[in-house]
This record gives sequence, structure tokens and C-alpha cells, in this order.
Amino acid sequence: MTPFHERLKQPGVILGDGALGTMLFQRGLSPGDCPERLNIEAPEILEEIARLYLDAGAEIIQTNTFGGSPLKLASYSLDNRTEEINGRAVRALRNAVGDKAYIFASCGPCGKLLEPYGDSSAEEIFESFRRQLRTIIGEGVDAICVETMTDLAEATLAVQAARSISTTIPICATMTFDSTPKGFRTVMGTSIEQAARGLAAAGADVIGSNCGNGIVNMVQIAAEFRKFTSLPIIIQSNAGIPVLKEGAVVYPETAEFMAEKSKELFKIGVKIIGGCCGTTPEHTAALRKVVSGTVLC
Amino acid sequence: MDLLRELSEHLQNGDAKNVAELTQRAISEGLPAKTVLDGGLIAGMSVVGDKFRLHEIFLPDVLLAAKAMYAGMDLLKPLMIKDNIKTAGKVVIGTVQGDLHDIGKNLVAIMLRGAGFEVIDLGNDVSPQKFIAAAEREKADVIGMSALLTTTMPVMKKVVDLVKEAQLRERVRIIVGGAPLSDEYAREIGADAYCFDGINAVDCVQKFLPRNR
Repeated sequence: MTPFHERLKQPGVILGDGALGTMLFQRGLSPGDCPERLNIEAPEILEEIARLYLDAGAEIIQTNTFGGSPLKLASYSLDNRTEEINGRAVRALRNAVGDKAYIFASCGPCGKLLEPYGDSSAEEIFESFRRQLRTIIGEGVDAICVETMTDLAEATLAVQAARSISTTIPICATMTFDSTPKGFRTVMGTSIEQAARGLAAAGADVIGSNCGNGIVNMVQIAAEFRKFTSLPIIIQSNAGIPVLKEGAVVYPETAEFMAEKSKELFKIGVKIIGGCCGTTPEHTAALRKVVSGTVLC
Repeated sequence: MDLLRELSEHLQNGDAKNVAELTQRAISEGLPAKTVLDGGLIAGMSVVGDKFRLHEIFLPDVLLAAKAMYAGMDLLKPLMIKDNIKTAGKVVIGTVQGDLHDIGKNLVAIMLRGAGFEVIDLGNDVSPQKFIAAAEREKADVIGMSALLTTTMPVMKKVVDLVKEAQLRERVRIIVGGAPLSDEYAREIGADAYCFDGINAVDCVQKFLPRNR
């Protein structure tokens, strides 16, 4: 398989997978359980989901390590099993997809707030990410995906932690923005311009946004990123804002709707497109059709 | 009154050290604790809340202001107890069982405290039984529940049902909040109000407990 950093230079949009959490809840993960516990207790579930996304046409499959930093695992008293949880996550995906897809290691927020507004020091958070990523990089993933960040300082620490372990591994970094009267901002107040400059300075190779309020906002967010960066852009959108229908939670954006709207992302020159909360292999399959039907960019 | 205005401004800037110093000075100068609380700390937090709502400031600024507020409140609390000054009301608050997200809930607690309410924060992953026990023990006026996960929202209904069962519904108002919630959902489960943010929660609770306003 072409190394991912080479693939980035080749023409064409790269298609990522869709939501993992949504799929895990469908397979019996209880609310409040640690999703990463499945890596050691039921890795076959992760293998199954990986194959579904691979079959739907995804070129990238993400590991179940979003909350795999020891600081985050500590809320479930699982921090002493950090290496096992992160290592097994990577191996499960390698088992499932071999070299038919790139394996991206998900790295989400540690759940603590940085000083001075929070109580955790930068060193503590950096070391926590470093411990998670040391295992992950050691297992041989194709790229790191620091994601769903709202605090640029924390995102920077995660990217730097990955860079401190490997000078060559491709690093994607995404933040989650809301639409405010002051433009797109994260909960912590980071603007897209600040994110674009900050993430690039920290050493990320691909930058962009994930989660959020749906594909329509994501098109605007991507356009804004394009203004402030020449790096490849990654967009992984939610299937809209969840609504309740007869007691059940429904994400309103259909596979067809997302696929159609994603054409606007191609025009902006977004390099990696995937899905976040509420997206399924159905969304991936619909995106695959439009990605494959697109003129190479 | 300049001292109180200065106090409010330091609080807005998230300057805990100066807030503590000025609160101490106000106390030493003989200002009643309630005056310092209302005219300094609550006045400052009110400005912070308004600016946050208008997106002029963001979460880190609010968290810093809250730290400063607590620095002042810690000094006032013993005096308020000594003078037997009642708070604006008591709210038991928590993120429901199965849910570990607490930033939204913390913000609501900050805003309620900043408006003079006493808040008993039960933390996250709070069982329905724990909500009820705390409401009984503390003689709470309001129970506030938060959920960020659509999968944990149903726990809220369980709490409402248990409140009824414990025959507390007459005197305990119930507010709910969190990203996936709505007015309809609050009505459906029998809560008194859905609050879309911390400031809205203050508005709701003030409406429910008008006795000090």
C-alpha cells in the first residue's frame, strides 16, 4: 500500500469511515460504559464495524481510541490498562482490514481543562497523550487523528506529543466549531483562523473540522479553513443535529443528502472526507459514489 | 460603592487574587456580607453571563471569573452563616447516571451561584436515588439535571418519577438541560422547564423562587 503521506500527494479525495460510537451503541454499548473497554473485552465488534466501513468504500478506518488517553481512561479506572487498550485497538483493525485501508488512530480530548481556567497542567496533559500515542505509534498505524478538540492549547499538546514520538508520522488535527454571531468558534472560543495557524505551527500535516452541526455548516467551515491554510483539509461531519422521534434518537441527514452536499467540499479542495456522529456505512457508500465520480483534484 | 465596582471588575477579569483582597477589605471596612455579595460578586458575574451569552467572551473567561467569584465567596460564606442570611434558594444539580459530561452542568452551577443561589453539585454519573436523597437531605427547592448523551436522557424521567413517588413534587421544581434536550422533551417527562444555557437556568429558577427578588 502507498504510504499515507504519499497518498496525500496523489490526486483525488480520500474517503474516511463514519461514526464509531453510533455503531457501538447499536451493538449494545451501554450509555456510561467506557467505549474503549471493548478493545480488550470484545475486539470482534470493532473488527466487524471496520469491515462494514471497508466494504462501504472507506479508504481510512479509525481506531476505537478516542478516549484512550490515560487521563480520560481514569474516569473508568482503566488508566492502568492504557497500553493494552490502545494496542489491542490497532491490532483489531489490522486484523480486519489488513492493508486494504489506512488505519488512523483517533485521539480525542483528555476530559480535563488546562490551567489557569482548569486544574490540569500542560505537562500532565502532554504526558497523558504521549503515553497513549507511544503505544499507538509503536503498533504501526498509518496516521494519527487528533480530533473533536475545542481548546487549541490542548490540541497543540496532542499534536506535539505525537510529533515528539515520530518526526515522520502523518498527523491530522480537527476541531469542532459552532456557528456564533462572531463567526465559527469552538466552545473555548478558538476561531478557524486561530485553529488553522495553531495546528499547522504545532506540526499537523492535515487540518480541519469534525463533529458539529451538519454538512451545510461544514462547507462554510472548510471554505474558511482554505483561506488560512495551504495544508490538506479534512472534514468529518455529523449527520446533522440529533432529533427525538417517538423516543428514539434520529440524525436527520440522509446518506444521499450528505453525499450531494459533499460535492461542495470537493470544490473547496477538501482532501479527506469522512463522517462523524450519526453517519453509518450507508453514508460512506453514498459518499464513495460521489468521490469516485469526481474529477480528480 | 467604588470598592464594590472595583471588586466586580476584578471578578470580570478573572483576577482571583484581587477579588479575595478586595472582599477582605470590604469585610474589614464593615460592609455587610450580603452587600458585598450582591454589589460585588453577583454584579460581576451578571456582566460575565451577559457577555458570554453575546459571545463577547468564551468558556475560559467564564471559568476564570468563576474561580475569582469562589475566592470571594469563600470569605463571605462564614459571615453569611453567622448573620443567618438565607441564600436565594437551594439547587441540587448533577449530570445524570451514565453521563460523564460536566462542562455544561458546571456552567449552570457557576451561573446559579453567581446569581446568589446555593448549589449542591453532585457531580456526574449521578443515580436517580442520589438525586432524591440529596434533595430530601438538603431540603432543595430545585433539582437540576444535565445530559449530553441522547442515550442517558431517559434517566431524567426516572428522577422525575422518583420525586413524585417520594412526595416531593409539590415543593421541588425540576429543570433539565443539555445539548440533545428540548422544551418538548422536558414536558414529555414532566419536568418544569428546559434550560438552554446557564443564564436561562438562572432565569427559570428566579421565576420559580421569586421570594428574594
